[in-house]
Amino acid sequence: MEYRITAPLDKNVVKKLKAGDYVWISGTIYTARDAAHKRMQETLDKGQELPVDWKDNIIYYMGPSPAREGRVIGSAGPTTSSRMDPYAPRLLDMGLGGMIGKGKRSPAVSEAIVQNGSVYFAAVGGAGALLSRQIKKAEVIAYDDLGTEAIRRLEVEDLPVIVVIDPEGNDLYKMNAGNIIS
Amino acid sequence: MIREIGVDEITRQIRDMCIQANHYLSEDMVCAMKEATEKEQDPLGKKILGQLEENLKIAGEEMIPICQDTGMAVIFMEIGQDVHFTGGDLGQAVEEGVRRGYTEGYLRKSVVGDPLVRENTKDNTPAVLHTSIVPGDQVAITVAPKGFGSENMSRIVMLKPAQGVEGVKQVIWDTVQEAGPNACPPLVVGVGIGGTFEKAALLAKQALTRPVGEKAKDAHIRSLEEEMLEKVNRSGIGPAGLGGHVTALAVNINTYATHIAGLPVAVNLCCHVNRHVKRVI
Repeated sequence: MEYRITAPLDKNVVKKLKAGDYVWISGTIYTARDAAHKRMQETLDKGQELPVDWKDNIIYYMGPSPAREGRVIGSAGPTTSSRMDPYAPRLLDMGLGGMIGKGKRSPAVSEAIVQNGSVYFAAVGGAGALLSRQIKKAEVIAYDDLGTEAIRRLEVEDLPVIVVIDPEGNDLYKMNAGNIIS
Repeated sequence: MIREIGVDEITRQIRDMCIQANHYLSEDMVCAMKEATEKEQDPLGKKILGQLEENLKIAGEEMIPICQDTGMAVIFMEIGQDVHFTGGDLGQAVEEGVRRGYTEGYLRKSVVGDPLVRENTKDNTPAVLHTSIVPGDQVAITVAPKGFGSENMSRIVMLKPAQGVEGVKQVIWDTVQEAGPNACPPLVVGVGIGGTFEKAALLAKQALTRPVGEKAKDAHIRSLEEEMLEKVNRSGIGPAGLGGHVTALAVNINTYATHIAGLPVAVNLCCHVNRHVKRVI
Protein backbone atom coordinates (compact mmCIF):
# COMPACT_ATOMS: atom_id res chain seq x y z
CA MET A 1 0.00 0.00 0.00
CA GLU A 2 0.98 3.63 -0.39
CA TYR A 3 0.07 6.35 2.11
CA ARG A 4 0.55 10.07 2.62
CA ILE A 5 0.79 10.73 6.37
CA THR A 6 1.57 13.67 8.64
CA ALA A 7 3.98 14.09 11.53
CA PRO A 8 3.68 14.21 14.52
CA LEU A 9 2.05 10.81 14.06
CA ASP A 10 -1.53 9.80 14.74
CA LYS A 11 -1.61 6.39 16.46
CA ASN A 12 -4.70 5.39 14.46
CA VAL A 13 -2.81 6.00 11.22
CA VAL A 14 0.30 4.16 12.43
CA LYS A 15 -1.84 1.12 13.26
CA LYS A 16 -2.70 0.69 9.58
CA LEU A 17 0.90 0.63 8.39
CA LYS A 18 2.39 -2.67 7.28
CA ALA A 19 6.00 -3.65 6.55
CA GLY A 20 6.64 -2.92 2.88
CA ASP A 21 4.23 0.02 2.61
CA TYR A 22 5.55 3.07 0.74
CA VAL A 23 4.85 6.24 2.72
CA TRP A 24 5.27 9.98 2.12
CA ILE A 25 5.66 11.99 5.34
CA SER A 26 4.79 15.69 5.65
CA GLY A 27 5.02 17.83 8.77
CA THR A 28 7.51 18.25 11.60
CA ILE A 29 10.20 15.70 12.39
CA TYR A 30 13.48 15.85 14.34
CA THR A 31 17.04 14.69 13.69
CA ALA A 32 19.23 12.95 16.25
CA ARG A 33 22.08 10.49 15.85
CA ASP A 34 24.87 8.95 17.95
CA ALA A 35 26.12 11.86 20.07
CA ALA A 36 22.65 13.37 20.66
CA HIS A 37 21.32 9.99 21.81
CA LYS A 38 24.24 9.56 24.19
CA ARG A 39 23.58 13.00 25.64
CA MET A 40 19.85 12.35 25.97
CA GLN A 41 20.61 9.14 27.83
CA GLU A 42 22.92 10.99 30.24
CA THR A 43 20.25 13.68 30.73
CA LEU A 44 17.63 11.08 31.61
CA ASP A 45 20.06 9.27 33.93
CA LYS A 46 20.46 12.54 35.84
CA GLY A 47 16.69 12.82 36.13
CA GLN A 48 16.57 15.92 33.92
CA GLU A 49 14.20 16.80 31.09
CA LEU A 50 14.94 16.20 27.43
CA PRO A 51 14.98 19.12 24.98
CA VAL A 52 12.08 17.59 23.02
CA ASP A 53 8.91 15.83 24.18
CA TRP A 54 9.10 12.74 21.95
CA LYS A 55 5.44 11.79 22.28
CA ASP A 56 4.15 10.90 18.78
CA ASN A 57 7.18 12.52 17.19
CA ILE A 58 9.55 11.03 14.63
CA ILE A 59 13.32 10.93 14.97
CA TYR A 60 15.24 10.92 11.68
CA TYR A 61 18.68 9.35 12.20
CA MET A 62 20.53 11.87 10.08
CA GLY A 63 23.46 14.27 10.26
CA PRO A 64 23.41 16.62 7.27
CA SER A 65 26.29 18.09 5.34
CA PRO A 66 26.50 21.91 5.69
CA ALA A 67 24.01 24.01 3.70
CA ARG A 68 25.35 26.28 0.96
CA GLU A 69 24.26 29.92 1.10
CA GLY A 70 20.56 30.31 0.43
CA ARG A 71 19.86 26.61 0.94
CA VAL A 72 17.84 25.01 3.72
CA ILE A 73 20.17 22.08 4.32
CA GLY A 74 22.94 20.08 2.67
CA SER A 75 22.83 16.41 1.76
CA ALA A 76 20.40 14.72 4.14
CA GLY A 77 20.10 10.94 3.89
CA PRO A 78 19.68 8.39 6.70
CA THR A 79 22.49 6.91 8.79
CA THR A 80 22.67 3.31 10.06
CA SER A 81 20.01 2.90 12.75
CA SER A 82 21.53 0.00 14.68
CA ARG A 83 23.97 2.33 16.43
CA MET A 84 20.98 3.92 18.13
CA ASP A 85 19.58 0.54 19.25
CA PRO A 86 20.96 0.80 22.81
CA TYR A 87 19.04 4.07 23.29
CA ALA A 88 15.84 3.58 21.28
CA PRO A 89 13.69 1.40 23.60
CA ARG A 90 13.85 3.99 26.39
CA LEU A 91 12.65 6.75 24.03
CA LEU A 92 9.94 4.49 22.60
CA ASP A 93 8.71 3.84 26.14
CA MET A 94 8.49 7.62 26.54
CA GLY A 95 6.13 7.78 23.59
CA LEU A 96 8.43 8.22 20.56
CA GLY A 97 6.12 7.75 17.60
CA GLY A 98 8.52 6.56 14.94
CA MET A 99 12.05 6.43 13.62
CA ILE A 100 13.54 6.91 10.15
CA GLY A 101 16.92 5.42 9.34
CA LYS A 102 18.40 2.55 7.41
CA GLY A 103 19.36 -1.01 8.25
CA LYS A 104 18.51 -3.68 10.77
CA ARG A 105 17.24 -3.15 14.34
CA SER A 106 17.82 -5.28 17.44
CA PRO A 107 15.15 -7.60 18.89
CA ALA A 108 14.83 -5.19 21.85
CA VAL A 109 13.95 -2.29 19.54
CA SER A 110 11.51 -4.45 17.62
CA GLU A 111 9.78 -5.46 20.88
CA ALA A 112 9.59 -1.86 22.06
CA ILE A 113 8.00 -0.89 18.72
CA VAL A 114 5.29 -3.50 19.22
CA GLN A 115 4.69 -2.62 22.87
CA ASN A 116 4.31 1.07 22.10
CA GLY A 117 2.53 0.87 18.76
CA SER A 118 5.39 2.66 17.07
CA VAL A 119 6.94 2.22 13.61
CA TYR A 120 10.38 2.06 11.97
CA PHE A 121 10.82 3.49 8.48
CA ALA A 122 13.78 3.28 6.11
CA ALA A 123 14.76 6.09 3.81
CA VAL A 124 17.04 5.19 0.92
CA GLY A 125 20.66 5.31 2.11
CA GLY A 126 22.96 7.33 -0.10
CA ALA A 127 20.19 9.42 -1.63
CA GLY A 128 21.03 12.49 0.45
CA ALA A 129 20.83 15.02 -2.38
CA LEU A 130 17.41 13.76 -3.49
CA LEU A 131 16.01 13.60 0.06
CA SER A 132 17.25 17.12 0.88
CA ARG A 133 14.73 18.51 -1.60
CA GLN A 134 11.84 17.36 0.61
CA ILE A 135 13.15 19.37 3.57
CA LYS A 136 11.63 22.85 3.55
CA LYS A 137 12.92 24.19 6.86
CA ALA A 138 15.70 23.15 9.23
CA GLU A 139 16.57 24.62 12.60
CA VAL A 140 18.97 23.48 15.33
CA ILE A 141 16.94 23.31 18.54
CA ALA A 142 19.37 21.59 20.94
CA TYR A 143 22.97 20.45 21.38
CA ASP A 144 24.30 23.03 18.92
CA ASP A 145 27.86 22.19 19.99
CA LEU A 146 27.49 18.75 18.38
CA GLY A 147 27.63 20.27 14.89
CA THR A 148 26.14 17.85 12.37
CA GLU A 149 24.95 15.71 15.30
CA ALA A 150 22.85 18.49 16.89
CA ILE A 151 19.09 17.98 17.26
CA ARG A 152 17.32 19.72 14.36
CA ARG A 153 13.63 20.39 13.80
CA LEU A 154 12.75 19.77 10.16
CA GLU A 155 9.67 20.71 8.19
CA VAL A 156 9.32 18.06 5.48
CA GLU A 157 7.02 17.65 2.50
CA ASP A 158 6.44 14.21 1.05
CA LEU A 159 9.60 12.65 2.45
CA PRO A 160 9.63 9.17 0.83
CA VAL A 161 10.15 6.25 3.23
CA ILE A 162 9.33 2.54 3.44
CA VAL A 163 7.83 0.78 6.47
CA VAL A 164 10.42 -1.74 7.68
CA ILE A 165 9.08 -2.69 11.13
CA ASP A 166 5.34 -2.22 11.57
CA PRO A 167 3.46 -1.96 14.89
CA GLU A 168 2.80 -5.72 14.78
CA GLY A 169 6.53 -6.41 14.62
CA ASN A 170 6.73 -7.59 10.99
CA ASP A 171 10.21 -6.82 9.66
CA LEU A 172 10.62 -6.22 5.93
CA TYR A 173 14.34 -7.07 5.97
CA LYS A 174 13.61 -10.44 7.59
CA MET A 175 10.85 -11.07 5.07
CA ASN A 176 13.43 -10.54 2.28
CA ALA A 177 16.32 -12.38 3.97
CA GLY A 178 16.99 -15.94 2.90
CA ASN A 179 14.88 -15.26 -0.16
CA ILE A 180 17.59 -16.73 -2.40
CA ILE A 181 16.98 -16.10 -6.08
CA SER A 182 17.64 -19.23 -8.12
CA MET B 1 66.76 13.99 -13.42
CA ILE B 2 65.05 15.21 -10.26
CA ARG B 3 61.66 16.81 -10.81
CA GLU B 4 60.56 19.39 -8.28
CA ILE B 5 56.93 19.66 -7.27
CA GLY B 6 55.75 22.33 -4.84
CA VAL B 7 53.65 20.94 -2.00
CA ASP B 8 51.13 23.76 -2.51
CA GLU B 9 50.25 22.02 -5.80
CA ILE B 10 49.46 18.85 -3.80
CA THR B 11 47.23 20.87 -1.44
CA ARG B 12 45.35 22.40 -4.38
CA GLN B 13 44.82 19.07 -6.13
CA ILE B 14 43.61 17.29 -3.00
CA ARG B 15 41.22 20.10 -2.14
CA ASP B 16 39.62 19.88 -5.58
CA MET B 17 39.57 16.08 -5.59
CA CYS B 18 37.74 15.93 -2.22
CA ILE B 19 35.02 18.19 -3.64
CA GLN B 20 34.87 16.40 -6.99
CA ALA B 21 34.66 12.91 -5.44
CA ASN B 22 31.74 13.90 -3.22
CA HIS B 23 29.63 15.42 -6.01
CA TYR B 24 30.38 13.31 -9.08
CA LEU B 25 30.89 9.57 -9.27
CA SER B 26 33.54 8.30 -11.67
CA GLU B 27 32.39 7.14 -15.10
CA ASP B 28 32.70 3.42 -14.23
CA MET B 29 30.31 3.84 -11.27
CA VAL B 30 27.83 5.93 -13.26
CA CYS B 31 27.72 3.23 -15.96
CA ALA B 32 27.42 0.45 -13.38
CA MET B 33 24.44 2.18 -11.73
CA LYS B 34 22.76 2.64 -15.08
CA GLU B 35 23.23 -1.03 -15.97
CA ALA B 36 21.94 -2.02 -12.54
CA THR B 37 18.70 -0.09 -13.06
CA GLU B 38 18.19 -1.82 -16.40
CA LYS B 39 18.96 -5.24 -14.95
CA GLU B 40 16.81 -5.03 -11.80
CA GLN B 41 13.47 -6.84 -12.14
CA ASP B 42 12.01 -6.23 -8.70
CA PRO B 43 9.66 -3.20 -8.96
CA LEU B 44 10.71 -1.65 -5.62
CA GLY B 45 14.37 -2.37 -6.38
CA LYS B 46 14.05 -0.71 -9.77
CA LYS B 47 12.34 2.30 -8.19
CA ILE B 48 15.14 2.69 -5.65
CA LEU B 49 17.85 2.43 -8.31
CA GLY B 50 15.97 5.07 -10.30
CA GLN B 51 16.03 7.32 -7.23
CA LEU B 52 19.75 6.76 -6.82
CA GLU B 53 20.35 7.76 -10.44
CA GLU B 54 18.21 10.85 -9.93
CA ASN B 55 20.19 11.55 -6.75
CA LEU B 56 23.47 11.52 -8.72
CA LYS B 57 22.01 13.96 -11.21
CA ILE B 58 20.83 16.38 -8.50
CA ALA B 59 24.18 16.12 -6.68
CA GLY B 60 26.15 17.20 -9.75
CA GLU B 61 23.75 19.85 -10.98
CA GLU B 62 23.03 21.52 -7.66
CA MET B 63 26.34 20.82 -5.92
CA ILE B 64 24.81 18.89 -3.04
CA PRO B 65 27.01 15.98 -1.87
CA ILE B 66 25.81 12.62 -3.22
CA CYS B 67 25.63 11.37 0.37
CA GLN B 68 25.66 13.36 3.61
CA ASP B 69 28.40 11.03 4.86
CA THR B 70 31.17 12.65 2.87
CA GLY B 71 33.53 10.19 4.47
CA MET B 72 36.94 10.02 6.01
CA ALA B 73 39.44 11.00 3.31
CA VAL B 74 41.50 7.99 2.28
CA ILE B 75 44.36 9.08 0.03
CA PHE B 76 46.80 6.99 -1.95
CA MET B 77 49.94 8.63 -3.32
CA GLU B 78 52.25 6.79 -5.65
CA ILE B 79 55.34 8.96 -5.67
CA GLY B 80 57.92 8.66 -8.42
CA GLN B 81 61.38 8.17 -6.96
CA ASP B 82 62.70 11.07 -9.06
CA VAL B 83 60.31 13.57 -7.46
CA HIS B 84 61.51 16.10 -4.92
CA PHE B 85 58.79 17.92 -2.98
CA THR B 86 59.58 21.54 -2.20
CA GLY B 87 58.08 24.36 -0.17
CA GLY B 88 57.04 22.48 2.95
CA ASP B 89 56.00 19.25 4.65
CA LEU B 90 54.18 16.84 2.29
CA GLY B 91 52.04 15.34 5.06
CA GLN B 92 50.90 18.78 6.19
CA ALA B 93 50.17 19.76 2.58
CA VAL B 94 47.87 16.74 2.25
CA GLU B 95 46.04 17.63 5.47
CA GLU B 96 45.66 21.22 4.30
CA GLY B 97 44.10 19.97 1.05
CA VAL B 98 41.58 17.90 2.99
CA ARG B 99 40.87 20.79 5.37
CA ARG B 100 40.20 23.21 2.50
CA GLY B 101 38.21 20.69 0.48
CA TYR B 102 35.89 19.86 3.36
CA THR B 103 35.41 23.41 4.64
CA GLU B 104 35.28 25.32 1.32
CA GLY B 105 33.33 22.50 -0.35
CA TYR B 106 30.51 22.34 2.24
CA LEU B 107 31.34 18.72 3.04
CA ARG B 108 30.44 17.14 6.35
CA LYS B 109 33.08 17.00 9.04
CA SER B 110 32.84 13.43 10.24
CA VAL B 111 36.18 12.89 11.95
CA VAL B 112 36.79 12.72 15.71
CA GLY B 113 40.36 13.27 16.92
CA ASP B 114 40.66 10.63 19.61
CA PRO B 115 38.62 7.47 18.99
CA LEU B 116 37.59 7.23 22.64
CA VAL B 117 37.27 10.88 23.65
CA ARG B 118 35.44 11.51 20.33
CA GLU B 119 35.73 15.25 19.85
CA ASN B 120 35.08 16.37 16.29
CA THR B 121 38.16 17.92 14.67
CA LYS B 122 35.79 20.24 12.75
CA ASP B 123 37.74 20.13 9.47
CA ASN B 124 37.65 16.40 8.66
CA THR B 125 41.38 15.98 9.27
CA PRO B 126 43.39 13.89 9.65
CA ALA B 127 43.19 11.91 6.42
CA VAL B 128 44.33 8.31 6.09
CA LEU B 129 47.35 8.58 3.81
CA HIS B 130 49.07 5.66 2.09
CA THR B 131 52.24 6.47 0.19
CA SER B 132 54.37 4.26 -1.98
CA ILE B 133 57.53 4.88 -3.94
CA VAL B 134 57.45 3.92 -7.61
CA PRO B 135 59.80 4.45 -10.56
CA GLY B 136 59.50 7.68 -12.57
CA ASP B 137 59.01 11.38 -11.94
CA GLN B 138 55.22 11.57 -11.59
CA VAL B 139 52.86 11.52 -8.64
CA ALA B 140 49.58 9.62 -8.88
CA ILE B 141 47.03 10.71 -6.29
CA THR B 142 43.81 8.84 -5.55
CA VAL B 143 41.28 10.44 -3.20
CA ALA B 144 38.67 7.98 -1.97
CA PRO B 145 36.37 9.43 0.73
CA LYS B 146 34.98 6.46 2.68
CA GLY B 147 31.58 6.39 4.34
CA PHE B 148 31.23 4.39 7.53
CA GLY B 149 27.87 2.70 6.98
CA SER B 150 29.72 0.22 4.81
CA GLU B 151 33.10 0.52 6.55
CA ASN B 152 31.48 -0.72 9.78
CA MET B 153 30.29 -3.90 8.05
CA SER B 154 33.75 -4.82 6.71
CA ARG B 155 35.91 -7.56 8.23
CA ILE B 156 39.23 -9.37 8.20
CA VAL B 157 39.67 -13.08 8.85
CA MET B 158 42.90 -15.06 9.22
CA LEU B 159 41.96 -18.30 7.47
CA LYS B 160 44.06 -21.45 7.64
CA PRO B 161 45.60 -22.59 4.31
CA ALA B 162 43.48 -25.77 4.44
CA GLN B 163 40.32 -23.67 4.21
CA GLY B 164 41.43 -22.58 0.75
CA VAL B 165 39.23 -20.95 -1.82
CA GLU B 166 36.05 -22.34 -0.25
CA GLY B 167 36.94 -20.55 2.98
CA VAL B 168 37.48 -17.32 1.06
CA LYS B 169 34.07 -17.63 -0.61
CA GLN B 170 32.44 -18.21 2.77
CA VAL B 171 34.01 -15.08 4.26
CA ILE B 172 32.81 -12.93 1.34
CA TRP B 173 29.31 -14.43 1.50
CA ASP B 174 29.02 -14.09 5.29
CA THR B 175 30.20 -10.46 5.19
CA VAL B 176 27.64 -9.45 2.57
CA GLN B 177 24.85 -11.40 4.28
CA GLU B 178 25.53 -9.91 7.68
CA ALA B 179 25.74 -6.41 6.23
CA GLY B 180 22.38 -6.79 4.48
CA PRO B 181 20.76 -3.35 4.24
CA ASN B 182 23.24 -1.63 6.59
CA ALA B 183 26.01 -1.09 4.05
CA CYS B 184 23.69 0.60 1.49
CA PRO B 185 23.58 -1.90 -1.37
CA PRO B 186 24.14 -2.14 -4.29
CA LEU B 187 27.66 -2.65 -3.01
CA VAL B 188 31.11 -2.74 -4.40
CA VAL B 189 32.84 -5.60 -2.59
CA GLY B 190 36.59 -5.07 -2.19
CA VAL B 191 38.49 -8.21 -1.26
CA GLY B 192 42.13 -8.63 -0.29
CA ILE B 193 43.60 -12.12 -0.16
CA GLY B 194 47.11 -12.86 1.10
CA GLY B 195 49.94 -10.79 2.51
CA THR B 196 49.91 -10.19 6.24
CA PHE B 197 47.13 -8.96 8.54
CA GLU B 198 47.48 -5.30 7.54
CA LYS B 199 48.39 -6.01 3.90
CA ALA B 200 45.13 -7.90 3.34
CA ALA B 201 43.12 -4.91 4.60
CA LEU B 202 45.05 -2.54 2.35
CA LEU B 203 44.54 -4.83 -0.67
CA ALA B 204 40.80 -4.82 -0.01
CA LYS B 205 40.71 -1.02 0.20
CA GLN B 206 42.74 -0.72 -3.01
CA ALA B 207 40.37 -3.16 -4.72
CA LEU B 208 37.57 -0.62 -4.14
CA THR B 209 39.47 1.97 -6.14
CA ARG B 210 39.84 -0.37 -9.13
CA PRO B 211 37.30 0.75 -11.77
CA VAL B 212 34.14 -1.33 -11.77
CA GLY B 213 34.21 -3.50 -14.88
CA GLU B 214 37.99 -3.87 -14.86
CA LYS B 215 38.62 -7.52 -14.04
CA ALA B 216 41.50 -9.15 -12.17
CA LYS B 217 44.48 -10.10 -14.31
CA ASP B 218 44.80 -13.71 -13.10
CA ALA B 219 42.26 -16.04 -14.69
CA HIS B 220 41.43 -17.94 -11.48
CA ILE B 221 40.89 -14.70 -9.55
CA ARG B 222 38.79 -13.30 -12.39
CA SER B 223 36.55 -16.35 -12.30
CA LEU B 224 36.30 -16.07 -8.49
CA GLU B 225 35.17 -12.45 -8.90
CA GLU B 226 32.53 -13.49 -11.42
CA GLU B 227 31.32 -16.43 -9.34
CA MET B 228 30.99 -14.35 -6.17
CA LEU B 229 29.25 -11.46 -7.95
CA GLU B 230 26.69 -13.86 -9.33
CA LYS B 231 26.23 -15.54 -5.95
CA VAL B 232 25.89 -12.24 -4.07
CA ASN B 233 23.29 -11.09 -6.58
CA ARG B 234 21.24 -14.20 -5.86
CA SER B 235 21.10 -13.32 -2.13
CA GLY B 236 17.83 -11.42 -2.58
CA ILE B 237 19.16 -8.49 -0.50
CA GLY B 238 18.73 -6.08 -3.40
CA PRO B 239 18.92 -2.27 -3.63
CA ALA B 240 18.76 -0.66 -0.16
CA GLY B 241 18.34 -4.19 1.23
CA LEU B 242 14.65 -4.14 0.33
CA GLY B 243 14.79 -7.09 -2.06
CA GLY B 244 15.89 -7.55 -5.64
CA HIS B 245 18.49 -8.85 -8.05
CA VAL B 246 21.20 -6.22 -7.73
CA THR B 247 23.00 -6.54 -4.40
CA ALA B 248 26.46 -5.78 -5.74
CA LEU B 249 27.82 -3.92 -8.75
CA ALA B 250 31.19 -5.65 -8.59
CA VAL B 251 33.40 -7.96 -6.56
CA ASN B 252 36.98 -6.73 -6.98
CA ILE B 253 39.66 -9.05 -5.60
CA ASN B 254 43.32 -8.10 -5.15
CA THR B 255 45.88 -10.70 -4.09
CA TYR B 256 49.44 -10.80 -2.78
CA ALA B 257 51.96 -13.46 -1.77
CA THR B 258 51.53 -14.81 1.74
CA HIS B 259 53.17 -17.02 4.38
CA ILE B 260 53.14 -20.85 4.24
CA ALA B 261 51.04 -20.88 7.42
CA GLY B 262 48.40 -18.31 6.51
CA LEU B 263 45.54 -17.18 4.30
CA PRO B 264 44.43 -13.69 5.35
CA VAL B 265 41.17 -12.47 3.80
CA ALA B 266 39.81 -8.94 4.16
CA VAL B 267 36.45 -7.83 2.82
CA ASN B 268 36.00 -4.08 2.60
CA LEU B 269 32.44 -3.22 1.65
CA CYS B 270 31.56 0.01 -0.08
CA CYS B 271 28.09 1.40 -0.68
CA HIS B 272 26.87 2.45 -4.12
CA VAL B 273 28.55 5.82 -3.50
CA ASN B 274 31.97 4.32 -4.23
CA ARG B 275 34.02 7.49 -4.57
CA HIS B 276 37.46 7.52 -6.10
CA VAL B 277 39.15 10.26 -8.09
CA LYS B 278 42.61 9.74 -9.56
CA ARG B 279 44.93 12.37 -10.96
CA VAL B 280 48.51 12.11 -12.16
CA ILE B 281 50.78 15.12 -11.87
